[in-house]
Amino acid sequence: MLEIKGLAAVIDNKTILNGIDLVVPTGEIHAIMGPNGSGKSTLAYVLAGREGYEVTAGSATYDGHDLLGIEPEERAALGLFLAFQYPVELPGVNNANFLRTALNAQRRARGEAELNAVQFLKLARAQAKALSMPDDMLKRNVNVGFSGGEKKRNEVLQMAVLRPKLAILDETDSGLDIDALKIVADGVNALRGPDFSAVVITHYQRLLDHIVPDRVHILSNGRIVKSGGPELAHALEAGGYAAIVPEGASEAA
Amino acid sequence: MPVVAETLDAVQAATESGYKWGFSTDIEMEMAPKGLNTDIIRLISARKNEPEWLLEWRLKAYAVWLKMEEPDWAMVNHPPIDYQDLHYYAAPKKKPGPRSLDEVDPELLRTYEKLGIPLRERAILAGVEGAEDERPQVAMDAVFDSVSVATTFKATLAKSGVIFCPISEAVQEHPELVRKYLGSVVPVGDNYFAALNSAVFTDGSFVYIPKGVRCPMELSTYFRINARNTGQFERTLIIAEEASHVSYLEGCTAPQRDENQLHAAVVELVAFDDAVIKYSTVQNWYPGDAEGKGGVYNFVTKRGACRGARSKISWTQVETGSAITWKYPSCILQGDDSVGEFYSVAVTTNHQQADTGTKMIHIGKRTTSTIVSKGISAGKSNNTYRGLVRIAPRADGARNFTQCDSLLIGDQCGAHTVPYIESRNPTARLEHEATTSKIDDDQLFYCRQRGLNQEDAVGMIVNGFCKDVLKELPMEFAVEAQKLLAVSLEGSVG
Repeated sequence: MLEIKGLAAVIDNKTILNGIDLVVPTGEIHAIMGPNGSGKSTLAYVLAGREGYEVTAGSATYDGHDLLGIEPEERAALGLFLAFQYPVELPGVNNANFLRTALNAQRRARGEAELNAVQFLKLARAQAKALSMPDDMLKRNVNVGFSGGEKKRNEVLQMAVLRPKLAILDETDSGLDIDALKIVADGVNALRGPDFSAVVITHYQRLLDHIVPDRVHILSNGRIVKSGGPELAHALEAGGYAAIVPEGASEAA
Repeated sequence: MPVVAETLDAVQAATESGYKWGFSTDIEMEMAPKGLNTDIIRLISARKNEPEWLLEWRLKAYAVWLKMEEPDWAMVNHPPIDYQDLHYYAAPKKKPGPRSLDEVDPELLRTYEKLGIPLRERAILAGVEGAEDERPQVAMDAVFDSVSVATTFKATLAKSGVIFCPISEAVQEHPELVRKYLGSVVPVGDNYFAALNSAVFTDGSFVYIPKGVRCPMELSTYFRINARNTGQFERTLIIAEEASHVSYLEGCTAPQRDENQLHAAVVELVAFDDAVIKYSTVQNWYPGDAEGKGGVYNFVTKRGACRGARSKISWTQVETGSAITWKYPSCILQGDDSVGEFYSVAVTTNHQQADTGTKMIHIGKRTTSTIVSKGISAGKSNNTYRGLVRIAPRADGARNFTQCDSLLIGDQCGAHTVPYIESRNPTARLEHEATTSKIDDDQLFYCRQRGLNQEDAVGMIVNGFCKDVLKELPMEFAVEAQKLLAVSLEGSVG
C-alpha cells in the first residue's frame, strides 16, 4: 500500500506540492489528473527519488517502508517503477544489456538469483512479443533514435520485464496514437492483480477508457482537491477543470 | 546532493581506496649508476652484446638529443625532469637464458599473478606444447623492467614463420631486419623523447610477419615499471610483409611510487602491400595520488608507416593511467589506398593530465583515415585531444573522418580539443565532428530508477560513451577495458 500524508515539496524555493494526502491500496489503480503545473510530475519524481526536490513536510511510505529516506535504486528494488514522461537516451548502451543489468541489480538487492543472458533474453523476448513490439527494440541503444511513441512503448516493455509492484506512469499516453495507447494500456492491464498497484498520471480521459481506474484524483496547486470513481474523469472531460476545481485553484502554481 | 559536492566526496574516497596494483617486487636488481652520458650508453650496449652499428646509432641519437630541448607545446605541467638523476639501466639478476617458465624467478611469476597476467594458465601452457589448439591463443612477451624474461608460444609462432621476441634478442638473431627498419619510421632525431629512447632503450618487442602469413594468435606484451627511479625506455618494432596480418596487444600497470617515473617508449610499425597491423593498448600506470603526488610521466612516440598499397594500420588505445600522458599514435599513409585508424579512450581523474591524439599523414592516392577520440575528465584533471590531419598535394581523393567527444564529470576538470587540419589537395574530403557533454543527472536518475546504483550507472553511461572505441578492441581486452573504465571512475560521481 502506498500512503502519502501531507506531502509538501519545493524546487528552487518554489512550492510545488502543498500537502498531498493519498492512499493507494495494493491491488488498485488510481488515476491522477489535473491542469498543467498542478504538480503531477513533481509527485512522481518525489516518490521515485529524483534529486533537486526538497521535501518540506509530510511522508510517503510503501508497504511500511519510508520511501523518502532511501535511495532511488532501493525504491526500485522495493518494486517501484516510474514510466518517464520524457524517457532518457543512453547513447551506446544496449537496451537488453541495460534492462538485464537493472533487473539483476533489483534481484540481487532482494536476495533473488540473477538471470543469465539466455534466461533474460527469453523473458524479454516473450514480453516484447506480448506487447507486439519487434525484437530489435532490445538490440537498439536505450531510447536513442526512438520516436516519441517508441520511447513510451520502451517504458512499458521495461515495466513488463521488471514486473514492479507499484508503477507510476507519468503522462505515458501523451503524444501516442490510438494503437500505441492500447499497447500502453495492455502493458498495465497485464500486470493488474491483487499484488500490483499503479498511479496513472494523465491529462486525458481516453487512457482511462482502456485502463479503468479504481479511483480518480484531481490535483490542483499541489493538492488533491477532489477524488471519486471513474465517473469523475468523465465529468472532467465534459466540463473541464473549471467545473470541478474550486475557483482560483486552477491557476498555475 | 548536487554532483559537484558528490565529486569532492568521491575524490576523497578515491584517495583512501588507493591504487589497486600498487606493489613492488623484491628482486635483486643490477643497476647502472645514475646519470646519462656516453659511458652509460656504452655500458647498455655492451651489456646487450650489441654490434658496433647499434652502438653508433645510439651515440648519434644521444648527440642529437643533447642539442634538443624538451617540448613545451603540450597542455601538461610538471616540474622539470632531471635526466641525470635517473638510472638508465636495470636488469633483474637471472641465470643465463631462461627458456622455460620453470627457470623464471618464482617471485617474478608471483608478480604476474598479482597483475592478473594469465602466463601460468594451463590453457596457455598447454598451448605451448599442443600444436593446434582451437581456443583463442595469446602469446606474451613479458618485459620486466628492462629485460624480457619470459616468452611463450614461440614454437607455435616459429612454425608459421612469425618472429616474436625481445628486441635485444632480435638484434642478435635477426640483425639485418633490425638494422633495416629500426629508426626508419621514427628517426633518431624525430623528437626529444624519441631521441632519448634511441640512445638508451634497453628492451621491447620485435615482431616480424612474413609475406602472406596471418599471425595465428594475438601477440601480447605486458610492460611493467618496477625499479625505483628507473626510467623505462622500451623500443618496439613490428614489420608486416605483403598481405600479412597481425594483432598486437599491449597492457600495463605499475607499482605505487612517490617519485615520478619517466617513461619514453618508441613504437614503430611498418606495413607493406595489403598488410594489416592492429595495435591495441590498455594503459593503466600509476596515475599519482589524489593530491597529484607521484605517478608515471608517459612520453610516447608511436608511429606506423603504411608503405604498401592497400595496407592498413589501426591504433586502439584505452588510457586510464599515468600522471602525464603525451602520446600521439600516428599513421603515415604512403601506399595508395592505404588506411589509417585511431580509436582512443582517455580517462583522467584527480590531477592527471592527458594530451593525446593522432597524426594522419595522407601521401598516397585515395588514402583514408578514421579518428574516433573519447575523452573523459573527472576530478581536477585535464584532458586534451590534439590531432593533425595532413593531406599532401598528390593524395588525390584522400578522405578523413574525425570525431572527438568529451565527457565531463564534475566542474573542476577540463576538456580541450585541438585539431589541426592541413589540406593541399582540393579533391580531399575531410570531416570533423566534436561534442562536449556532462554526465547528465537525468541519465543517472533514469538508471537508478531502474535499480542501478550510482557507480554502476556511471560505469554504464561511460562504457556507452566509449562503445565506438571499445568495440575495436580484441574480445579479451574489451572486457578488461570495460572493468578498467568503471574502476578508474569509481567514486567520481556520488
